[in-house]
Amino acid sequence: MANLKDHLGRPVVAVTGIGVVTSLGVGKADNWAALTAGKSGIHPITRFPTDLLNTQISGMVDFLPSSTKGASALTYELAETAALEAVEEAGFAGADFDGPLFLASPPVELDWRDRFTLYAGDDEGSASERLLKVARSQNSLDMFDTSQFGSIADRLADRFGTRGLPITTSTACASGATAIQLGVEAIRRGECDRALSVGADGSATAEALIRFSLLSALSTNNDVPEKASKPFSKDRDGFVLAEGSAALVLESLESALARGAEVLGILRGCGEKADDFHRTRSKPDGSPAIAAVKAALADAGLAEDEIDYVNAHGTSTPENDKMEHLSLSTVFGERIRKIPVSSNKSMIGHTLSAAGAIEAAFSLMTMREGVIPPTINYDNPDPSIELDVVPNVKRKAEVRTVLSNSFGFGGQNTCLVMAREPV
Amino acid sequence: MANRNVVITGIGLVSSLGEGGAAHWDKLTKAGTAPVIDAERFQPYAIHPLPEIDWGLQIAKRGDQRQMETWQRLGTYTAGMALDDAGIKGNDELSATMDMVVAAGGGERDEVVDAGVLAASENRTDRDVLINEKLTTELRPTLFLAQLSNLLAGNISIVHKVTGSSRTFMGEEGAGVSAIETAAARIRSGQSTHVLVGGAFQTEHSDMLLGYELAGYLHRGPWKPVWQRQGSEGGGVITGSGGAFLVLESRDHAEARGQKIYAELGPVLSGRSRRRNGGLAENIAELLAKAELPEGDLLAISGASGAHAATAAEKSALDGNPAIAARALSSLTGHMKEAQFPFAVALAALAVDRGAGYPAFEVGERDFSGQPRNVLATAIGYHQFEGMALVSAPR
Repeated sequence: MANLKDHLGRPVVAVTGIGVVTSLGVGKADNWAALTAGKSGIHPITRFPTDLLNTQISGMVDFLPSSTKGASALTYELAETAALEAVEEAGFAGADFDGPLFLASPPVELDWRDRFTLYAGDDEGSASERLLKVARSQNSLDMFDTSQFGSIADRLADRFGTRGLPITTSTACASGATAIQLGVEAIRRGECDRALSVGADGSATAEALIRFSLLSALSTNNDVPEKASKPFSKDRDGFVLAEGSAALVLESLESALARGAEVLGILRGCGEKADDFHRTRSKPDGSPAIAAVKAALADAGLAEDEIDYVNAHGTSTPENDKMEHLSLSTVFGERIRKIPVSSNKSMIGHTLSAAGAIEAAFSLMTMREGVIPPTINYDNPDPSIELDVVPNVKRKAEVRTVLSNSFGFGGQNTCLVMAREPV
Repeated sequence: MANRNVVITGIGLVSSLGEGGAAHWDKLTKAGTAPVIDAERFQPYAIHPLPEIDWGLQIAKRGDQRQMETWQRLGTYTAGMALDDAGIKGNDELSATMDMVVAAGGGERDEVVDAGVLAASENRTDRDVLINEKLTTELRPTLFLAQLSNLLAGNISIVHKVTGSSRTFMGEEGAGVSAIETAAARIRSGQSTHVLVGGAFQTEHSDMLLGYELAGYLHRGPWKPVWQRQGSEGGGVITGSGGAFLVLESRDHAEARGQKIYAELGPVLSGRSRRRNGGLAENIAELLAKAELPEGDLLAISGASGAHAATAAEKSALDGNPAIAARALSSLTGHMKEAQFPFAVALAALAVDRGAGYPAFEVGERDFSGQPRNVLATAIGYHQFEGMALVSAPR
């Protein structure tokens, strides 16, 4: 009989449903097949012209009905698709999930096409006056919804019958992990038996691409898109902007067992620590990331030598991969060379607000399948980063526990520890 | 037994009325304080503008100030006031272990660049290429960081060294409700000992008005107080720039360090009424029923936006309880979106602490003359999401 309470006397949190969408496809099966085959989802951008852009590749999700309908519509569809897969697997299909919703999604802004439409609706006054005047005369709820930060969660709440006021969170590139953490904490507090945590990002617009590009964050390896994301390689030159989503049904182990649900994994611990050094760069000693990893281990009640695999943040930027190596080698010491550390982003790119959730989903699948997805494009190792990155080819391995890292602009560091089985 | 009741030990406030808890108390308790209104800049919309602020008082480095747009600066400034007030600012140990939940929207876009793109679009059919052309050459690289929702929290970490944890919630007034509800739940359960929570809204940018006006929510024409806007031209909302941050702490934590306690934060309720189906007034009444309201007359700080449907529903729910004397804070500050609920809770805490109520903010609000031991704070979203909290004198 598994313990229903953890080492701190809190309810153990199980995962009973998983859903995922990335540039590799819709659903766990397709994604897992591609991921373990070392297939890349990075491709040339076709959604908008790339004239004058330094980066012309991405991991956009181009195969959904909303893929051409703007960031808000696509983010919703990504979230809905992943959530549907997760709640169906957990056995809560239909419209009555009856637990809270935690959504990680990108900040919203009115789409350029809508700005053009509004602007063209009048010909007097300044641009901003024209937009406001036409906006109030059109009174378009559809356009309005794309400008409200709570709209996507509100629609999801209707769609799945979640309970109460849904929370939409943004912790930049750690958002997906934060959404899971919020769900875990709500269950541990006894506020609910289950929670739906979703990370979704369909915001790869031209403007988003340009903004990251202006910060020199993106790879410009346009010629061979599938080779552009190369975490931990010496010649890594930035991340690849991407889209995707993942959803987890989190449930107290007690509730899952009582209703005979299949337990897909355990969310054992969460840790976070903010960095006060710089808006985009990490503190040079890596102390906040180190503290986040340590906090996650402590929260999980696991020692450093009890982690079997690290699902890295591994963005393929010069800065991140160096800092991630520094923090991992500080926490795990010499043993870090023997722990497999791979980056899903080598294949799916950086899915921003969704990344933490997608990578948690893949971490859980890694444990269940006993197969570690590789870090592809590892042809030119960075000699200063001595890690077993599971280079280029998947590896069979018994993985009982995973540490999944998420780090983001604004000093965000969030780490999750997952386990295959309850104890 | 550990006392994990949630207490309020720090208040930071900025609105068109001024800055700080004391300044707001003085102005709001003086009968006949006139709102500060700018009806010219964004005609036909009136707004409540920011007062003049010496940013250096809370954001020492000019380099830091330059890295932020007004919204982030305002939030970082207000957060600093709350930390100062709670005796935490500059205390490295308390700052490093302090959690943070920020309610945030987005920052200000570059209006000049946007206007340039729109003007050029009149003569171009290849608008997608036009976007690439203009944005790659004209956008300031660091503007992105000044816009990103979570970078308000990021700047608070950098400037004030709050680094225990950093979470940003989005979603208009509801984000402010969830931020306080989550912070309080974390303290009650022992997940946090002290939390910085709040938000800021800078309305003096056409995009911020557009966010309301896409659905026709803004009031037009002459300024009117909140409860008197029904039937007027436009949608009823008059916005204001402002920020509100609170330091919440477990009672034990505050007492152990001998910190002054303003008030105790009681039940925090949140909800998502399916407004399309009607029934918002009933849903608000249900929240009231769960708020553990005390017997007798009750002062309420209402965050009502003025939006016609939501404000009418809130009025009907509050009027349904003859003991409640509501004060619509937006009549004097304007609607401050993500900061609205934290602001209402702060005013409630001030009344409890000072042991006196606020006079009516507008004609028609019920008298309240007692010494309030409990004050209700509400935020009913202009479009979606609802919340309220009961603030009480420490027992």
